[in-house]
Amino acid sequence: MLVLIGVLLVIVGFAIRLNPLVVVTVAGIVTALLGGLNPLQILEAFGSGFASSRSVTIFAVVLPVIGIIEYFGLQEQAKNLIAKLARLTAGRVLLAYLAIRQITAAVGLTSIGGHAQAVRPLVFPMAEGAALRRYGHVPEHIKERIKGHSAAADNVGVFFGEDVFVAVGSILLITTFVDTTYHLHLEPLQLALWAIPTAIAAFLIHGFRLLRLDRALDREFANTTTADEAAATAGDTK
Amino acid sequence: MINVEAVYWLIGALFIAWASLIARDANHPHRLGASSFWGLLGLCFFYGTWVQAGTAPAWILGVAVLGLVALAATGRIKHGQTKTSTPAEREASAARFGNRLFIPALTIPLVTVVLVLAAPVLKIGSTPILDPKNTTLVALALGAVVATIVAVVLLKPKNKLGPVIESRRILESIGWAALLPQMLSTLGILFTKAGVGTAVSTLVTGLMPKGSLLAAVIVYCVGLFVFTVLMGNGFAAFPIMTAAIGWPVLVQQFHGNPAIVFAIGMLAGFCGTLCTPMAANFNLVPAALLEMKNKYGVITAQLGTAFPLLVVNTALMYFLAF
Repeated sequence: MLVLIGVLLVIVGFAIRLNPLVVVTVAGIVTALLGGLNPLQILEAFGSGFASSRSVTIFAVVLPVIGIIEYFGLQEQAKNLIAKLARLTAGRVLLAYLAIRQITAAVGLTSIGGHAQAVRPLVFPMAEGAALRRYGHVPEHIKERIKGHSAAADNVGVFFGEDVFVAVGSILLITTFVDTTYHLHLEPLQLALWAIPTAIAAFLIHGFRLLRLDRALDREFANTTTADEAAATAGDTK
Repeated sequence: MINVEAVYWLIGALFIAWASLIARDANHPHRLGASSFWGLLGLCFFYGTWVQAGTAPAWILGVAVLGLVALAATGRIKHGQTKTSTPAEREASAARFGNRLFIPALTIPLVTVVLVLAAPVLKIGSTPILDPKNTTLVALALGAVVATIVAVVLLKPKNKLGPVIESRRILESIGWAALLPQMLSTLGILFTKAGVGTAVSTLVTGLMPKGSLLAAVIVYCVGLFVFTVLMGNGFAAFPIMTAAIGWPVLVQQFHGNPAIVFAIGMLAGFCGTLCTPMAANFNLVPAALLEMKNKYGVITAQLGTAFPLLVVNTALMYFLAF
């Protein structure tokens, strides 16, 4: 039970918003010490952990192309394109992206989309462009909300889409683990099939929330505008 | 064969290039600290090749990684002001190039997908051209390289190094969060080694009332959820909770259909991934990439989906698997 102190450190560290890198490193060292590793083994664990997890930093390879097309106005063009489509709102743009992301992931194309190559340069500017067209201006706190939802649409789409595809990591993990440990023989296809109800539920729940986001933004803008007008009127009487 | 290590060397070379740009930027507030951080990170990507192959001592890399954390913790990698195009220039350029600007962005997924699909037949003799164990990674890296070339040819930036210079701006806005996913994955390994998994599953099974199917389903799903929140990754949670409850109780004792129990169980874990800063590559790095003020802003947007979906998963398992 003592090893759970490491978990506790992580929870407390994140909760009081210390630098996550420090929290994670300290928790790792404490857990390793409690687990009986000596200092050399701890250093080795950090070294081999880094070496074997280099693949998660793959986003770095798309930054050069994204950087240069942003320099030439990619985000602006994405906004302009959306501004021409009158029926599009921030929520509907994100709903469309959710659908594309989930369907492509379900047929195994998880490399379409992603935060560095799609959300930052295309999806968020389009959602922002739609809001800009509808409201005329987008204050900072609304921008934050649209940003959060842009990244969320990507995550929800890929998490609950990819499991419908048979050759994805999580499905293979289940079959390998279960087959070797319990001597079952599960077909990846069976698992993928039973991921479909959850995939549909995820789309309905998240899609509904995106449509509600539009209404929430409408209301917020109605309030801010009335507040602005009130302030303006109050200013006039001075 | 294009090995995945070549991809890591490309990443390493990029970090070193960004570091040298920062080192030459006289106006950078933390020129020395920031350029050492990114430069050292780049070297780690190269050295990691031999650590992974078991031909170089891992503890040296461990020292370097702790050095990176120390540089980040002492606030030495705050970002500098990079000169880039003004909003007016961007509008003008967007008007000039129009939708052609999307071509490089769409080249990335297009090339990646084509390469992934064609990988099984892309062979020289009997050797596959793309590393068969890491096809997607290699294909994505090639897609990014091709897209960069397409962008340079199409947009003709004055400086041919434009892509590297402009991406430094994005990198610096991500900052130390770029290292976080790898550190978390190390923490996951240490947790597993130290037996955190067994401790949690003892705790969870102790809480479960015996003999109730509904209670067992709830404990399995919620357990996977909580465990994923703590470990940042459903893959780490799945074997432990399945060994504690999924197999002995749900399948053996209550005769649940194993495919349904395990498929939905994993997805209950994914609901946890939506809620945790431990899943940094999905939740914290995107917040940094989008330059959000609240680094937990992505998680906040996801909570409203994660909790209802956890309930749905629990119900689906209860009604479909038994």
